[in-house]
Amino acid sequence: MAEKFDVIVVGAGMAGNAAAYTLAKGGLKVLQIERGETPGSKNVQGAILYADAIEKIIPDFRDDAPLERHLIEQRVWVMDDASYMGTHYRSEDFNKPPYNRYTIIRVHFDQWFNKKAREAGVLTICETTVTDLLIEGGKVVGVRTDRQGGEIRADAVILADGANSRLAVKAGFQPEIKPENVALAVKEIHFLPQETIEARFNIGEEEGVVIEMAGKISAGMMGTGFLYTNKESITLGVGCMLSDFKEQKVTPYELLDRMKAHPSIAPLIAGSEMKEYAAHLIPEGGYHAIPQVYGEGWMIAGDAGQFVNGIHREGSNLAMTTGMLAAQTLVELKAAGKPFSAANLAEYKQKLDDSFVMKDLKKYRRMPEIFHKNKQFFTTYPDLLSKAVQTLIRVDGVDKKSKEKEIRKSFVESRSLFGLIGDAFKFWRAVE
Amino acid sequence: MHSVVCIKQVPDSAQIRVHPVTNTIMRQGVPAIINPYDLFALEEALRLKDKFGGTVTVITMGPPMAEAALRKCLSFGADDAILVSDRAFAGSDTLATSYALSATIRKVMQDMPVDLIFTGKQTIDGDTAQVGPGIAKRLDFQLLTYVSKIVDVDLAKREIQVERRAEGGVQLLKTSTPCLITMLEGTNEMRFGDLDDLFRAARHELKVWDREAAGIDAVEMIGLKGSPTVVSKVFAPKPRSKRAEMIEVHDSDPKNLAVTLLAKLFTQHPKLEQEIAKRAV
Repeated sequence: MAEKFDVIVVGAGMAGNAAAYTLAKGGLKVLQIERGETPGSKNVQGAILYADAIEKIIPDFRDDAPLERHLIEQRVWVMDDASYMGTHYRSEDFNKPPYNRYTIIRVHFDQWFNKKAREAGVLTICETTVTDLLIEGGKVVGVRTDRQGGEIRADAVILADGANSRLAVKAGFQPEIKPENVALAVKEIHFLPQETIEARFNIGEEEGVVIEMAGKISAGMMGTGFLYTNKESITLGVGCMLSDFKEQKVTPYELLDRMKAHPSIAPLIAGSEMKEYAAHLIPEGGYHAIPQVYGEGWMIAGDAGQFVNGIHREGSNLAMTTGMLAAQTLVELKAAGKPFSAANLAEYKQKLDDSFVMKDLKKYRRMPEIFHKNKQFFTTYPDLLSKAVQTLIRVDGVDKKSKEKEIRKSFVESRSLFGLIGDAFKFWRAVE
Repeated sequence: MHSVVCIKQVPDSAQIRVHPVTNTIMRQGVPAIINPYDLFALEEALRLKDKFGGTVTVITMGPPMAEAALRKCLSFGADDAILVSDRAFAGSDTLATSYALSATIRKVMQDMPVDLIFTGKQTIDGDTAQVGPGIAKRLDFQLLTYVSKIVDVDLAKREIQVERRAEGGVQLLKTSTPCLITMLEGTNEMRFGDLDDLFRAARHELKVWDREAAGIDAVEMIGLKGSPTVVSKVFAPKPRSKRAEMIEVHDSDPKNLAVTLLAKLFTQHPKLEQEIAKRAV
């Protein structure tokens, strides 16, 4: 193909759309290639949208973006098989615009985001898979696709092709992703009438609730569960490390079925009709798993670069931010008349280091390994906590002092005193 | 050669459900696709263009979101696309739709004569198979329905020969052009357009025609007013309570296979043998 572009963006998810939009707004000639039938058709997320990240790219996104509900209540549940112990935080402050977090349905949101990119001048083609990067003299100069019509050339390529980026692996930019660095999440969308959702969760029109679940919901594996309220549906799912699924020989759908049958969750989805199910990989290796993210004529953004903050359930905002920063780097270089060489693209890494993206990932750099090696956080502690609370609440003629003693004993018996101190230290190291 | 292909954007019926309580169709979250039968029509038109040259124009009547369906047709190789879209068309049944589409095609013919009009055999959401014939009738075109193969086109003589699937066999039919063809499914396989087609489709300036642009003055012929069809009730059929059963028989000899199968069947349903015997008499 004779036509040449300034930049080719591979992928039309959060990172790809953010990059393509920013590039086009910056006056660059952009081709975006998506393998799904439409933008968003292959993308899976919980999904919660953090306003801040999209606001930095499209400040007036609230005017026409397809948003489900803004979140006014956050529940965190630690669960054993019969109970949950949790905190609920609900505030009227979250009901004051501009709202901070929304539930979204990705297939709708991504189509909107991509439309914005196209309106800004991006040429998006779908149902086309980039099979190879064109590399000449160690420099990426374009892509080859599965369509007839030959190679397409560009001065730079941004890889925003999602978790398990085949292109980056094929080109030797990063090694094969490891099972212990990636979570497998499964989710379902359940249809329920709007009034039923609002009654069940004690919320008004447009208001939403998030439940994050930890503990035995992941059946002893490193993982968490979630439940989000959409306008006319509920999204719920669970994700655990791929290596754990492999070790424990639990299938993801069994885990999800067990979660749906949990006595604290079943009533929330009772009478609903399952409309959609999906599974997806989430890179959760954290800071240490992040590969080289730029080189001669190429950059990596979003899930492809492992930019996910597992413990805070943040991914799409990191994807948008990394996509935007990659694009801004190119826009600035282009304006300065500088080539997209590795030395110049190092500015992208600098921008990442200066942003919340790398700061947060660095803060939690020890977390994946600590939780991975200490499964008691997902098995023993939820049980102990639940028993402790129950012992305190149940009125049965036993005096309080004896009850406290019994609780202490149960903890020490399960983990030993040193174990408890060690676990506390590990937990602190993980989130410090 | 100028072919017009009429397509429709439909909800993917495989994913549609009827609400258990209200009996309304739940469209929320159901993806919109090009009516699958229309793709066989489009591919056939594109093949004729490959062979004889010419132009393929795709037309659809629908809401603005139908643009996506037209762009997809362009990416397969269609040359031009027209979206006929106006609130005045809302509520159109097959009679009003064929009126509106025939008016649009008449308008197209003012710029370039049309040799062939293609449609799918029917849509998957309405299943009526009425719009194609309705257009042919209004334009006074010859009509060939359920076409399984285009055998020959003689441009000089303005003749076309097709195979048409009919009950009990295949008819070989010849007629003069211009004519309207409704294509049967499974007759061809849609191509995978090349990069140039994709780029062209993404950049193509779609024609969006409202009622006036489509040359329709008679508002009483379109929309709800022009639609005598009344939907009296929508309901989901009750699932059968009896479960199907599967009988497995293995034998390399067909005769033995049949005998064993019948023997098994009759052992499980003793009355069946007598009933069949009675009917045979």
